[in-house]
Amino acid sequence: MLDDSRPLFVQIAEQIENDILDGTYPEETAVPSTNELAAFLRINPATAGKGLNRLVDSGILYKRRGIGMFVATGATRQLKESRQTSFAAEYVAPLVHEAAKLGISTKDLIALITKEAQS
Amino acid sequence: MTAISTRDLAKTYKDVRAVDGVTIDLEPGRIYGLLGRNGAGKTTLMQLLTGQIFATKGAMTVFGENPVENAEILAQTCFIQESQKYPDTFRARDVLTVAASVYPNWDDSFAGRLVDDFRLPTKRLIKKLSRGQLSAIGIIIGLASRAPLTFFDEPYLGLDAVARQIFYDRLLSDFAEYPRTVVLSTHHIDEAANLLEHVVVLDEGRVLLDSDTEELRGHAIQISGRAADVDAFVANREVIAQERMGGLASATLIANEGDQDAAQRADLSVSPVSLQNLIVHLTTDAQRSTVTA
Repeated sequence: MLDDSRPLFVQIAEQIENDILDGTYPEETAVPSTNELAAFLRINPATAGKGLNRLVDSGILYKRRGIGMFVATGATRQLKESRQTSFAAEYVAPLVHEAAKLGISTKDLIALITKEAQS
Repeated sequence: MTAISTRDLAKTYKDVRAVDGVTIDLEPGRIYGLLGRNGAGKTTLMQLLTGQIFATKGAMTVFGENPVENAEILAQTCFIQESQKYPDTFRARDVLTVAASVYPNWDDSFAGRLVDDFRLPTKRLIKKLSRGQLSAIGIIIGLASRAPLTFFDEPYLGLDAVARQIFYDRLLSDFAEYPRTVVLSTHHIDEAANLLEHVVVLDEGRVLLDSDTEELRGHAIQISGRAADVDAFVANREVIAQERMGGLASATLIANEGDQDAAQRADLSVSPVSLQNLIVHLTTDAQRSTVTA
């Protein structure tokens, strides 16, 4: 779930983003508290808090004083838009690169994608 | 105010510089890792900070005051030592009774829950306990004392993986409720890495690394591929370890922004380096001489 490749707080923020995108945390519902996250993931509470605050800074979560952190209205749309922007670099580029290495033509690659999408 | 401050702190035994000019500042309310190889000076540093031995030179404060023969400061400090000795006639419960009277913040019901967690036989004589059970006593005291400054020096000798996990879980949940400064010295770096907010790595009595754990994550990467590609890539980069096998090579290097992508474009495979491996690389003698050479 968590690995050594990148800062933990970044991975925690992404994990919560994924949970928002797949509907685990609908908009205007609470996400786990810093201490709940720390205990569940067995990480330092300061790190967990940093992950949550990253999402507050980007407007995905907002704080309700004394209650906790909530998913903002429009968070799902905002996340989808930013993920779509990075989709080409993160998914398409490595796919094209690997296809070229294996001698798969662009036309065959498109055919493969079409077939996969239809199955 | 810092929890711990040292300035050029040193302890010399005859010709051995156990602690050799250590300058660190540890903030209150954080969990620190004090890491390094055996003989790096970790225990000596903790003994200095708890007034058990006297410094040869340098200065230190604990919560803003000199801890040496300072009853008020020492009452706020709990030091769980690797091989704590107890009187022969004591049972585990006697040790806990003494601890309860010594530590002002002692929580008896928390201690009781921990005794159950670790299945500690409290009525058995201390000298009949196993190494793991002795470690459990130390951990129970370290947690239930809730001292504003708690040192755990390699606290889990003889404890199995399950018991170590219980220690991490209880430490985290109690720390969340009662924030305090914890200094954990351990060789189980991979296990404990996610708990530590900041690490200080000692090597031969000196500070080798003093950094937030999050900054170290992704600090180094390991690349591997064709030897010629690896050689080309590591030129002008800071290499901390290198290996070669026939036409293939791998290298561990300090990663700069964009290095990961650049390596992938150069058809090299990239893997992360754990905190434990980073420290192993940085404190291996052979490696150090090649880095400084």
